[in-house]
Amino acid sequence: MTNDQIKQRLQEKFGEAVSNFTEPYGMLTFEAPKDFNLKVLQFLFDDAELRFRFLTDLQAVHYPNEKGRELAVVYHLHNLTDNVRIRFKVFTAIDTPDVYSATALYSSANWMERETYDFYGVNFVGHPNLKRILNVDEMDYFPMRKEYPLEEATRVDKDDDMFGR
Amino acid sequence: MPRPVRFNINGETDIKLVKEGPEGYMGEAFMATTLEQVVGLARSKSIWPLPFATSCCGIEFMATMGSHYDLARFGAERVGFSPRQCDLLMVMGTIAKKMAPVVKQVYLQMAEPRWVLAMGACASSGGIFDSYSVLQGIDQIIPVDVYVPGCPPRPEAVLDGFMKVQDLVHKEQLRRRHSDKYKDLMTSYGIQ
Repeated sequence: MTNDQIKQRLQEKFGEAVSNFTEPYGMLTFEAPKDFNLKVLQFLFDDAELRFRFLTDLQAVHYPNEKGRELAVVYHLHNLTDNVRIRFKVFTAIDTPDVYSATALYSSANWMERETYDFYGVNFVGHPNLKRILNVDEMDYFPMRKEYPLEEATRVDKDDDMFGR
Repeated sequence: MPRPVRFNINGETDIKLVKEGPEGYMGEAFMATTLEQVVGLARSKSIWPLPFATSCCGIEFMATMGSHYDLARFGAERVGFSPRQCDLLMVMGTIAKKMAPVVKQVYLQMAEPRWVLAMGACASSGGIFDSYSVLQGIDQIIPVDVYVPGCPPRPEAVLDGFMKVQDLVHKEQLRRRHSDKYKDLMTSYGIQ
Protein backbone atom coordinates (compact mmCIF):
# COMPACT_ATOMS: atom_id res chain seq x y z
CA MET A 1 0.00 0.00 0.00
CA THR A 2 1.58 3.25 -1.13
CA ASN A 3 0.95 6.80 -0.01
CA ASP A 4 -0.73 7.55 -3.35
CA GLN A 5 -3.23 4.74 -2.83
CA ILE A 6 -4.11 6.01 0.65
CA LYS A 7 -4.48 9.54 -0.68
CA GLN A 8 -6.73 8.30 -3.51
CA ARG A 9 -8.96 6.32 -1.12
CA LEU A 10 -9.36 9.35 1.13
CA GLN A 11 -10.16 11.71 -1.72
CA GLU A 12 -12.72 9.28 -3.17
CA LYS A 13 -14.48 9.23 0.20
CA PHE A 14 -14.13 12.82 1.43
CA GLY A 15 -13.39 14.83 -1.72
CA GLU A 16 -12.26 18.38 -0.99
CA ALA A 17 -12.58 17.97 2.79
CA VAL A 18 -9.18 16.31 3.09
CA SER A 19 -6.40 18.62 1.99
CA ASN A 20 -2.77 19.67 2.32
CA PHE A 21 -1.28 16.29 1.45
CA THR A 22 2.48 16.30 2.03
CA GLU A 23 5.07 13.61 2.53
CA PRO A 24 7.76 14.85 4.92
CA TYR A 25 10.40 12.10 5.16
CA GLY A 26 8.08 9.79 3.23
CA MET A 27 5.25 9.84 5.79
CA LEU A 28 1.88 10.81 4.39
CA THR A 29 0.48 13.85 6.21
CA PHE A 30 -2.86 15.53 5.60
CA GLU A 31 -5.48 17.62 7.34
CA ALA A 32 -9.25 17.86 7.56
CA PRO A 33 -11.75 20.26 9.18
CA LYS A 34 -12.05 19.54 12.88
CA ASP A 35 -15.70 18.50 12.64
CA PHE A 36 -14.63 15.72 10.29
CA ASN A 37 -11.98 14.22 12.54
CA LEU A 38 -14.05 11.29 13.82
CA LYS A 39 -15.46 10.52 10.38
CA VAL A 40 -11.97 10.40 8.88
CA LEU A 41 -10.59 8.32 11.77
CA GLN A 42 -13.53 5.91 11.59
CA PHE A 43 -13.02 5.51 7.84
CA LEU A 44 -9.30 4.89 8.28
CA PHE A 45 -10.12 2.33 10.97
CA ASP A 46 -12.93 0.46 9.22
CA ASP A 47 -11.83 0.47 5.60
CA ALA A 48 -10.84 -3.03 4.51
CA GLU A 49 -7.76 -1.79 2.68
CA LEU A 50 -6.55 0.97 5.00
CA ARG A 51 -6.96 -0.70 8.42
CA PHE A 52 -5.27 2.04 10.50
CA ARG A 53 -6.25 0.46 13.80
CA PHE A 54 -3.44 1.57 16.06
CA LEU A 55 -3.17 5.10 17.43
CA THR A 56 0.57 5.54 17.97
CA ASP A 57 0.44 9.05 19.33
CA LEU A 58 -1.79 12.05 19.75
CA GLN A 59 -0.66 15.54 20.60
CA ALA A 60 -1.17 19.21 19.91
CA VAL A 61 0.95 22.01 18.47
CA HIS A 62 0.47 25.71 19.11
CA TYR A 63 0.96 28.09 16.16
CA PRO A 64 0.35 31.50 17.74
CA ASN A 65 0.68 33.38 14.42
CA GLU A 66 -1.95 31.46 12.47
CA LYS A 67 -5.13 33.30 13.37
CA GLY A 68 -8.23 31.15 13.61
CA ARG A 69 -6.24 27.88 13.50
CA GLU A 70 -3.80 28.29 16.35
CA LEU A 71 -4.04 24.78 17.76
CA ALA A 72 -3.29 21.69 15.71
CA VAL A 73 -4.26 18.26 17.02
CA VAL A 74 -2.09 15.60 15.42
CA TYR A 75 -2.97 11.90 15.21
CA HIS A 76 -0.25 9.38 14.35
CA LEU A 77 -1.86 6.24 12.96
CA HIS A 78 -0.31 2.88 12.21
CA ASN A 79 -1.49 0.07 9.98
CA LEU A 80 0.02 -2.93 11.77
CA THR A 81 -0.84 -5.36 8.96
CA ASP A 82 1.06 -3.55 6.22
CA ASN A 83 3.34 -1.57 8.54
CA VAL A 84 2.34 1.82 7.16
CA ARG A 85 2.18 5.03 9.17
CA ILE A 86 0.30 8.26 8.45
CA ARG A 87 -0.15 11.57 10.19
CA PHE A 88 -3.51 13.31 10.38
CA LYS A 89 -4.04 16.88 11.58
CA VAL A 90 -7.03 18.96 12.52
CA PHE A 91 -6.80 22.67 13.32
CA THR A 92 -8.91 24.65 15.74
CA ALA A 93 -9.13 28.24 16.93
CA ILE A 94 -7.70 28.82 20.39
CA ASP A 95 -10.86 30.64 21.52
CA THR A 96 -13.00 27.57 20.87
CA PRO A 97 -10.62 24.63 21.31
CA ASP A 98 -13.35 21.99 21.02
CA VAL A 99 -12.40 18.81 19.19
CA TYR A 100 -14.36 15.57 19.22
CA SER A 101 -12.76 12.90 21.37
CA ALA A 102 -11.41 9.76 19.72
CA THR A 103 -11.77 7.65 22.88
CA ALA A 104 -14.75 5.71 21.51
CA LEU A 105 -12.62 4.55 18.59
CA TYR A 106 -9.20 4.18 20.20
CA SER A 107 -9.08 3.42 23.93
CA SER A 108 -5.46 4.56 23.98
CA ALA A 109 -6.64 8.08 23.15
CA ASN A 110 -7.96 8.42 26.69
CA TRP A 111 -4.72 9.31 28.48
CA MET A 112 -3.18 10.96 25.44
CA GLU A 113 -6.11 13.34 25.16
CA ARG A 114 -5.84 14.08 28.86
CA GLU A 115 -2.17 14.93 28.36
CA THR A 116 -3.01 17.14 25.37
CA TYR A 117 -5.66 18.89 27.43
CA ASP A 118 -3.21 19.26 30.31
CA PHE A 119 -0.55 21.03 28.26
CA TYR A 120 -2.52 22.80 25.50
CA GLY A 121 -6.08 23.12 26.81
CA VAL A 122 -7.71 21.31 23.90
CA ASN A 123 -11.26 20.54 25.01
CA PHE A 124 -12.02 17.02 23.80
CA VAL A 125 -15.80 16.82 23.52
CA GLY A 126 -17.09 13.45 24.69
CA HIS A 127 -14.02 12.44 26.69
CA PRO A 128 -15.09 10.39 29.74
CA ASN A 129 -12.62 11.93 32.22
CA LEU A 130 -11.03 15.11 30.90
CA LYS A 131 -8.81 16.37 33.72
CA ARG A 132 -5.10 17.02 34.24
CA ILE A 133 -2.89 13.95 34.12
CA LEU A 134 0.72 15.10 34.54
CA ASN A 135 0.79 18.58 36.03
CA VAL A 136 -0.29 19.56 39.53
CA ASP A 137 -4.05 19.87 39.88
CA GLU A 138 -3.78 23.46 41.13
CA MET A 139 -2.21 24.66 37.87
CA ASP A 140 -4.51 27.24 36.29
CA TYR A 141 -2.92 27.57 32.86
CA PHE A 142 -1.78 25.39 29.96
CA PRO A 143 2.02 25.54 30.13
CA MET A 144 2.99 24.45 26.61
CA ARG A 145 1.03 27.19 24.88
CA LYS A 146 3.37 29.80 23.50
CA GLU A 147 1.81 32.57 25.52
CA TYR A 148 3.69 32.06 28.78
CA PRO A 149 7.36 32.73 29.57
CA LEU A 150 9.42 29.57 29.73
CA GLU A 151 10.83 30.60 33.08
CA GLU A 152 9.11 29.75 36.31
CA ALA A 153 7.28 32.83 37.57
CA THR A 154 7.74 32.06 41.27
CA ARG A 155 11.53 32.19 41.22
CA VAL A 156 13.01 34.88 43.43
CA ASP A 157 16.76 34.32 43.59
CA LYS A 158 17.79 33.79 39.98
CA ASP A 159 19.68 36.69 38.49
CA ASP A 160 18.90 37.12 34.80
CA ASP A 161 22.50 38.16 34.06
CA MET A 162 23.90 35.00 35.57
CA PHE A 163 21.42 32.82 33.71
CA GLY A 164 22.23 34.40 30.36
CA ARG A 165 18.93 36.11 29.75
CA MET B 1 48.69 10.81 41.30
CA PRO B 2 45.99 11.56 43.82
CA ARG B 3 44.22 14.83 43.38
CA PRO B 4 44.82 17.15 46.31
CA VAL B 5 41.70 18.07 48.21
CA ARG B 6 41.11 21.71 47.43
CA PHE B 7 37.85 22.22 49.19
CA ASN B 8 37.65 24.62 52.08
CA ILE B 9 41.31 24.56 53.04
CA ASN B 10 42.11 28.24 52.70
CA GLY B 11 41.63 30.51 55.65
CA GLU B 12 39.87 29.95 58.89
CA THR B 13 36.66 28.01 58.84
CA ASP B 14 33.91 29.04 61.16
CA ILE B 15 33.51 25.48 62.37
CA LYS B 16 35.27 24.60 65.58
CA LEU B 17 35.34 20.95 66.42
CA VAL B 18 34.87 20.18 70.05
CA LYS B 19 37.89 18.14 70.95
CA GLU B 20 38.12 18.41 74.66
CA GLY B 21 34.54 18.54 75.76
CA PRO B 22 32.40 21.53 76.60
CA GLU B 23 33.38 24.38 78.81
CA GLY B 24 32.75 23.84 82.48
CA TYR B 25 34.26 23.42 85.89
CA MET B 26 36.39 20.36 86.17
CA GLY B 27 37.85 18.73 89.20
CA GLU B 28 39.09 15.35 90.15
CA ALA B 29 36.68 12.74 88.76
CA PHE B 30 33.88 15.20 88.15
CA MET B 31 32.85 17.90 85.72
CA ALA B 32 30.15 20.51 86.00
CA THR B 33 28.69 22.18 82.91
CA THR B 34 25.34 23.31 81.59
CA LEU B 35 22.74 20.81 80.46
CA GLU B 36 22.37 22.68 77.21
CA GLN B 37 25.99 22.10 76.25
CA VAL B 38 25.86 18.42 77.05
CA VAL B 39 22.64 17.92 75.11
CA GLY B 40 23.99 19.91 72.17
CA LEU B 41 27.18 17.90 72.15
CA ALA B 42 25.33 14.62 72.29
CA ARG B 43 22.87 15.57 69.59
CA SER B 44 25.48 16.94 67.21
CA LYS B 45 27.48 13.72 67.35
CA SER B 46 24.55 11.38 66.78
CA ILE B 47 22.55 12.89 63.95
CA TRP B 48 20.47 10.38 62.04
CA PRO B 49 20.14 11.57 58.46
CA LEU B 50 17.09 10.85 56.33
CA PRO B 51 18.20 10.95 52.69
CA PHE B 52 15.52 12.20 50.31
CA ALA B 53 17.39 11.59 47.07
CA THR B 54 15.66 12.22 43.76
CA SER B 55 18.50 12.59 41.25
CA CYS B 56 22.24 12.92 40.67
CA CYS B 57 22.93 14.57 44.03
CA GLY B 58 21.74 11.31 45.57
CA ILE B 59 24.49 9.44 43.71
CA GLU B 60 27.02 11.88 45.11
CA PHE B 61 25.59 11.28 48.55
CA MET B 62 26.15 7.55 48.13
CA ALA B 63 29.82 8.31 47.64
CA THR B 64 29.69 10.42 50.78
CA MET B 65 28.28 7.49 52.70
CA GLY B 66 30.90 5.13 51.28
CA SER B 67 34.15 4.13 52.89
CA HIS B 68 36.30 6.75 51.18
CA TYR B 69 34.51 9.85 52.48
CA ASP B 70 32.64 8.06 55.24
CA LEU B 71 29.90 10.17 56.72
CA ALA B 72 29.89 7.73 59.64
CA ARG B 73 32.89 9.54 61.06
CA PHE B 74 30.55 12.37 62.02
CA GLY B 75 28.19 10.25 64.05
CA ALA B 76 25.84 9.64 61.15
CA GLU B 77 26.49 5.94 60.74
CA ARG B 78 22.83 5.11 60.83
CA VAL B 79 21.04 6.46 57.76
CA GLY B 80 17.39 6.06 58.57
CA PHE B 81 14.54 5.73 56.15
CA SER B 82 11.77 6.29 58.64
CA PRO B 83 11.09 9.99 59.16
CA ARG B 84 9.84 9.56 62.71
CA GLN B 85 13.24 8.44 63.96
CA CYS B 86 15.47 10.83 62.04
CA ASP B 87 16.85 14.23 62.93
CA LEU B 88 18.16 15.60 59.65
CA LEU B 89 16.25 15.67 56.37
CA MET B 90 18.73 15.75 53.50
CA VAL B 91 16.92 16.77 50.31
CA MET B 92 19.11 15.92 47.35
CA GLY B 93 18.00 16.58 43.81
CA THR B 94 15.29 18.21 41.77
CA ILE B 95 11.95 18.48 43.52
CA ALA B 96 9.11 18.69 41.03
CA LYS B 97 5.99 20.52 42.08
CA LYS B 98 4.15 17.22 42.28
CA MET B 99 6.79 15.97 44.71
CA ALA B 100 6.46 19.03 46.97
CA PRO B 101 3.59 17.64 49.12
CA VAL B 102 5.61 14.46 49.66
CA VAL B 103 8.65 16.38 50.90
CA LYS B 104 6.44 18.42 53.18
CA GLN B 105 4.73 15.33 54.56
CA VAL B 106 8.07 13.66 55.27
CA TYR B 107 9.15 16.81 57.09
CA LEU B 108 5.94 16.88 59.12
CA GLN B 109 6.39 13.24 60.11
CA MET B 110 9.80 13.97 61.63
CA ALA B 111 9.85 14.64 65.34
CA GLU B 112 11.26 17.85 66.80
CA PRO B 113 14.05 18.81 66.95
CA ARG B 114 14.57 18.41 63.21
CA TRP B 115 16.93 19.99 60.75
CA VAL B 116 16.96 20.27 56.96
CA LEU B 117 19.88 20.29 54.57
CA ALA B 118 19.28 21.26 50.92
CA MET B 119 21.96 19.68 48.77
CA GLY B 120 22.74 21.00 45.32
CA ALA B 121 21.43 23.76 43.11
CA CYS B 122 18.07 22.10 42.40
CA ALA B 123 17.01 21.58 46.00
CA SER B 124 18.29 25.05 46.92
CA SER B 125 16.87 27.10 44.06
CA GLY B 126 15.47 24.91 41.30
CA GLY B 127 18.85 25.01 39.57
CA ILE B 128 18.81 24.87 35.79
CA PHE B 129 15.21 23.65 35.84
CA ASP B 130 13.66 27.09 35.61
CA SER B 131 10.41 25.60 34.43
CA TYR B 132 6.70 25.34 35.12
CA SER B 133 6.98 21.88 36.64
CA VAL B 134 9.87 22.31 39.10
CA LEU B 135 9.77 23.76 42.59
CA GLN B 136 12.14 26.74 42.79
CA GLY B 137 13.89 25.64 45.96
CA ILE B 138 12.52 23.53 48.80
CA ASP B 139 12.56 26.57 51.08
CA GLN B 140 9.25 27.45 49.45
CA ILE B 141 7.61 24.64 51.38
CA ILE B 142 9.80 23.82 54.39
CA PRO B 143 12.41 25.79 56.37
CA VAL B 144 16.00 24.94 55.43
CA ASP B 145 18.97 25.14 57.81
CA VAL B 146 21.94 24.58 55.50
CA TYR B 147 22.30 24.96 51.75
CA VAL B 148 25.10 23.07 49.98
CA PRO B 149 25.95 24.68 46.62
CA GLY B 150 27.12 22.73 43.58
CA CYS B 151 25.71 20.79 40.66
CA PRO B 152 26.18 18.25 42.08
CA PRO B 153 28.33 19.14 45.10
CA ARG B 154 31.41 17.04 45.74
CA PRO B 155 31.32 14.76 48.79
CA GLU B 156 33.66 17.18 50.54
CA ALA B 157 31.02 19.87 50.14
CA VAL B 158 28.37 17.56 51.60
CA LEU B 159 30.64 16.84 54.55
CA ASP B 160 31.21 20.56 54.99
CA GLY B 161 27.46 21.13 54.96
CA PHE B 162 26.95 18.30 57.41
CA MET B 163 29.53 19.85 59.75
CA LYS B 164 27.66 23.14 59.47
CA VAL B 165 24.53 21.29 60.60
CA GLN B 166 26.48 19.76 63.49
CA ASP B 167 27.60 23.24 64.43
CA LEU B 168 24.00 24.48 64.39
CA VAL B 169 22.84 21.52 66.43
CA HIS B 170 25.61 21.98 68.94
CA LYS B 171 24.91 25.67 69.48
CA GLU B 172 21.14 25.47 69.49
CA GLN B 173 19.43 26.63 72.64
CA LEU B 174 17.19 24.09 74.26
CA ARG B 175 14.31 26.57 74.35
CA ARG B 176 14.64 27.58 70.69
CA ARG B 177 11.88 25.28 69.44
CA HIS B 178 9.48 26.78 71.96
CA SER B 179 10.26 30.41 71.12
CA ASP B 180 7.81 32.72 69.40
CA LYS B 181 10.29 33.35 66.61
CA TYR B 182 10.42 29.67 65.78
CA LYS B 183 6.65 29.35 65.97
CA ASP B 184 6.29 32.31 63.62
CA LEU B 185 8.67 30.63 61.20
CA MET B 186 6.59 27.47 61.26
CA THR B 187 3.38 29.45 60.83
CA SER B 188 4.85 31.20 57.79
CA TYR B 189 5.17 27.76 56.21
CA GLY B 190 1.65 26.82 57.23
CA ILE B 191 2.79 24.27 59.80
CA GLN B 192 0.56 24.42 62.90
